[in-house]
Amino acid sequence: MSIAITTQIICFSILSLVILVGAIGVVLLESIVYSAFLLGGVFMSVAGLYLLLNASFVAAAQVLVYVGAVNVLIIFAIMLVNKKEDLKPISDIKSRRIISTSICLTLLSLLIRVDLTNVWSLSSPQNSIGEESTIRIGEHLFSDYLLPFEVASVLLLMAMIGAIVLARRDVMSKDISTGLPVDQELIEKSSEPLLTNKN
Amino acid sequence: MEYGLDLEYSFNEFLKGFGLSSEIAHIIWLPLPMLLVLVAAVVGVLVTVWLERKISAAAQQRIGPEYAGALGVLQPIADGLKLLVKEDIIPAKADGILFTAGPILVLVPVILSWLIVPFGQNLLISNVGIGIFLWISLSSIQPIGLLMSGYASNNKYSLLGGLRAAAQSISYEIPLALSVLAIVLMTNSLSTVDIVNQQSGAGILSWNIWRQPVGFIVFWICALAECERLPFDLPEAEEELVAGYQTEYAGMKFALFYLGSYINLILSALLVSILYLGGWGFPIPVELIAKFLNLPINAPFIQVFTASIGIIMTVLKAYLLVFIAILLRWTTPRVRIDQLLDLGWKFLLPISLANLLITAGLKLAFPQFFGG
Repeated sequence: MSIAITTQIICFSILSLVILVGAIGVVLLESIVYSAFLLGGVFMSVAGLYLLLNASFVAAAQVLVYVGAVNVLIIFAIMLVNKKEDLKPISDIKSRRIISTSICLTLLSLLIRVDLTNVWSLSSPQNSIGEESTIRIGEHLFSDYLLPFEVASVLLLMAMIGAIVLARRDVMSKDISTGLPVDQELIEKSSEPLLTNKN
Repeated sequence: MEYGLDLEYSFNEFLKGFGLSSEIAHIIWLPLPMLLVLVAAVVGVLVTVWLERKISAAAQQRIGPEYAGALGVLQPIADGLKLLVKEDIIPAKADGILFTAGPILVLVPVILSWLIVPFGQNLLISNVGIGIFLWISLSSIQPIGLLMSGYASNNKYSLLGGLRAAAQSISYEIPLALSVLAIVLMTNSLSTVDIVNQQSGAGILSWNIWRQPVGFIVFWICALAECERLPFDLPEAEEELVAGYQTEYAGMKFALFYLGSYINLILSALLVSILYLGGWGFPIPVELIAKFLNLPINAPFIQVFTASIGIIMTVLKAYLLVFIAILLRWTTPRVRIDQLLDLGWKFLLPISLANLLITAGLKLAFPQFFGG
């Protein structure tokens, strides 16, 4: 066995171990902050797997989008609303656990079936494009995947507008959920500078 | 065939001369450039710390360090030694694991980014295809480390500092990436070596700063904000937050933050010089000078000479930018947090978007000047 292949196997086993342990930790840990940081670790290890597959652009994009944006925002949100409160015990916890376990097992069996039925090996080793993948991804995004790409951006725009509407309820004349007119004082408060109130 | 020194090839050939296989020669070679760059980065930090002390002293009409070595050049080493032997304190109510992991997460991505900094045609650790994109994605990991140390310190100033740092990095990353994208558009490549080569045609005249003046300014402002230097040092604003996310840190863990911020400053300066100031290029192309003097460009001594000039030029340009950054730090007041976010989202983002659009248009209109 050559040195390159040995290194690859070692890297692969470490990365998959980190992904598995990390993902289990994200679900099972009590502290939500630890879960969020572990999620970042899982994302990083997935990027490492992409690197092993010679897809360096996808790996870098994974780090930029998932670690640098998604995970940072999750941690940011957790820390902004970091209230120490004890969770209320749920009465029918047992049946909920049974239902969620069965759903997870169904998903797992589906994935295993896909894994077993799909043909994974490439037809020839020349098919791996390596460094050229950036160009290929660009070509695909602007030709046969153009419509999904654009639809995804519209989806993100909708999500953003929704978030703004939810966050700035005070600037609406009517409350979105109840339909009642909004307390006008809130609007005035938001347009007034904070420091002038103190005098 | 590209000219220039290929140290790796020569080194491997040299080892093969002793009867070693090419794989073992490769493994022996691998740690050498990494160690070299690490040492270069740390020495760069020492020089920058000394410069910062001396220039700040000059800006405030003081003398600055003068007893440790001639002109105080050994002062940064004394600082480093002091931090090395200081007691490592973890506050009683802090979160030990996250408190330790935070500074490491801040420093490692910065050092990894040195992978793509070229000092010559073959004088870089790895000419990876995604080049500059690797730096952008690596620098997005840093806020996690900052948030982590801010949270783990269990101190309101630290948490506020960490949150500010994350908000600042997120908002300045976008204009930064967009201005890099304009350069990539002109180069048709993400690789830093290609970016420098594309600027090497006519010496100083073909540097990207003339073709991307807006991008240059946007990139420099964003780079300063990413380094958390004044006027953008809100995450550690002394008057408001004691020292931000570093408040509870002492000894080596604080030194990691300190090292990280200075390595990041040098890295940003190096990248500005690579993206906009022609990288290792001499203001007058070296090939022209060699032709003028009737010297063969491929002769070994000329190659060593041009490679040294390349390294000197890269470092010189980077340190000019570091000098400007230090001057800015000691002469400008800090912006407020709302001004900072306004500048990032309402001014730099639209400007860099427009810059990208105009660059694309100019590329279509004048392909010979803006890359075909």
